[in-house]
Amino acid sequence: MELRPVSAPLLIWILALLLPAVLLLSMTLGTVDISVAEALEATANALLGNAVPEQIYTILFDIRLSRILLAIFIGAMLASTGAVMQGLFRNPLADPSLIGVSGGASVGASVMIVMAAGLIETGLLVGLSLVAMGAFAGGLAATLLVYRLATSGIGTSVTTMLLVGIAIGALAGALNSLLGYFSDNDMLRQISLWQMGNLSGANWTKVAIMALVAGSLLVLFPRDSEALNALLLGESEARHLGIDVQRVKRRLIMLTALGVSVSVALAGMVGFVGLIIPHLVRLVIGPDHRWLIPSSALAGAILLLVADSLARVLVIPAELPTGILTALLGAPFFIALLLQQRRKV
Amino acid sequence: MTILTDNVSLRLSGFDLLRSVSIQLDLGKVSVILGPNGAGKSSLLGVLTGERSPSKGNVVLHGRELHQWSLQQKAQMLAVLPQHTLLNFPFTADEVVGLGRIPHQTGRRRDAEIIAEALEWVDARYLQKRFYTQMSGGEKQHVQLARVLAQIWEPCDLGGRFLVLDEPTAAFDLSHQKLTLDIVRQLASTGVGIIMVLHDLNLAAQCADNLVVFDGGLVVSQGSPEEVLTEQLIDRVFGVKSMVVPHPVTNRPLVIT
Repeated sequence: MELRPVSAPLLIWILALLLPAVLLLSMTLGTVDISVAEALEATANALLGNAVPEQIYTILFDIRLSRILLAIFIGAMLASTGAVMQGLFRNPLADPSLIGVSGGASVGASVMIVMAAGLIETGLLVGLSLVAMGAFAGGLAATLLVYRLATSGIGTSVTTMLLVGIAIGALAGALNSLLGYFSDNDMLRQISLWQMGNLSGANWTKVAIMALVAGSLLVLFPRDSEALNALLLGESEARHLGIDVQRVKRRLIMLTALGVSVSVALAGMVGFVGLIIPHLVRLVIGPDHRWLIPSSALAGAILLLVADSLARVLVIPAELPTGILTALLGAPFFIALLLQQRRKV
Repeated sequence: MTILTDNVSLRLSGFDLLRSVSIQLDLGKVSVILGPNGAGKSSLLGVLTGERSPSKGNVVLHGRELHQWSLQQKAQMLAVLPQHTLLNFPFTADEVVGLGRIPHQTGRRRDAEIIAEALEWVDARYLQKRFYTQMSGGEKQHVQLARVLAQIWEPCDLGGRFLVLDEPTAAFDLSHQKLTLDIVRQLASTGVGIIMVLHDLNLAAQCADNLVVFDGGLVVSQGSPEEVLTEQLIDRVFGVKSMVVPHPVTNRPLVIT
């Protein structure tokens, strides 16, 4: 009796083949019509060093491809950190926001939006990177605070961390509202846009930063796959299996904080990917982190890419914030899957 | 080749949980720890397995202090079956038992053999592909038993192996209680040291080589079942009047209350 519909290696193959297909499709989507054939031809020419019409080149590579890659890296990073957090907290409802990182990052961003309002209006680039730095610093600071508060002589209590994380999240929400209350209409709009998550500001610098961070995480996380598997049994059980639980916890929390802070700094708060993707993948292939982490990364990349592509084309010539689409797409799918799973059991 | 506790005391939030406990637990022997609730049995297991550091005294495994072994070395020699495991992720039984192989680098094929044999041994082969989250309490405990068996399946170069079990029979029906104690005896006969907390005095009398009775954090008696299980001791430690007679078949003490 095998209840798992798809084996883990097969799922990875499917996702790995699906990703380039979605990527190619996404490159053809947008205000300017470019067919799949044209996109393929331009890509081939660009790779071979042949001439590509400048307008096509700019649209395909500078505008669309950079945004697509940013979506892929952020999606992969969010989903894999989600998988890691759910394992570490032994709770399938955990997501990266639980350790305070998203709340902290959004406060950091809001503070900068309000304080650096003048700069944002005048020098666009300086202002935006200030906001990004604020988000990054806020995210890391909040995580450190949560971690410190939950750590005592006998180790880090996951339960305390969860509770403190919730409290810090509420505090961050209040601070955000406070900042919103005292800011003018323009700032308020910026703050709320930030919280919706948006990939429209993609450029190659952002892609490079995100690629570096997501790449490091995806190299480092799998080293702790077995430790995470053991941790699902409980902390003392994991220690009895030879796992240095405290070290694993510290390492994974810090890596997650780093990854999520950077992603919030570059693209605002893109919710839901970190929660639903690992959950969905686990329903299909089970909780073994050796497969769960890479599969979640691929599935997260695909979900965010699809959501962002829709965000770009649904209301042409305008755009929707990406974060709205992830929840709008993800939530019903997630509920349908849960219901189907319940009927099966 | 032993686990020794040398004058171990454990004090936690002002309570003396263990007071100057010195015991020796040997390879190839079944040592059963007895005592009323709150006597210090769990504290002792905590100290023996390295989960708690003693406030005073040392725990010595194979001539080296416990904390001088790395976590992985320790895990290769010492497996622990807790009373409850709060696993609520849908691993299959195979995968749960496979977790027991984490401390070892024996390769996937060998691990798969060990997993199958361990499940077979605890009479749970039929659970192999079932989800842990959908099993009954007793089935879960079988799978966990198979997991710790898989952990110490093969002899280890570092030293003899120990298996610590905290009330392993609590969730089992009569036939599986017997199966568990048979497994434990067989393991001991291959040289594994067994350290087990039990509540049932008769089960303890049937399978133990060595009994250690705790009360109020102190060792009040230790020795063979015949030496330890007396009417006076049961009255003194548990406050229960009883009769101790020889078992008609095994000749071991039989406690009638």
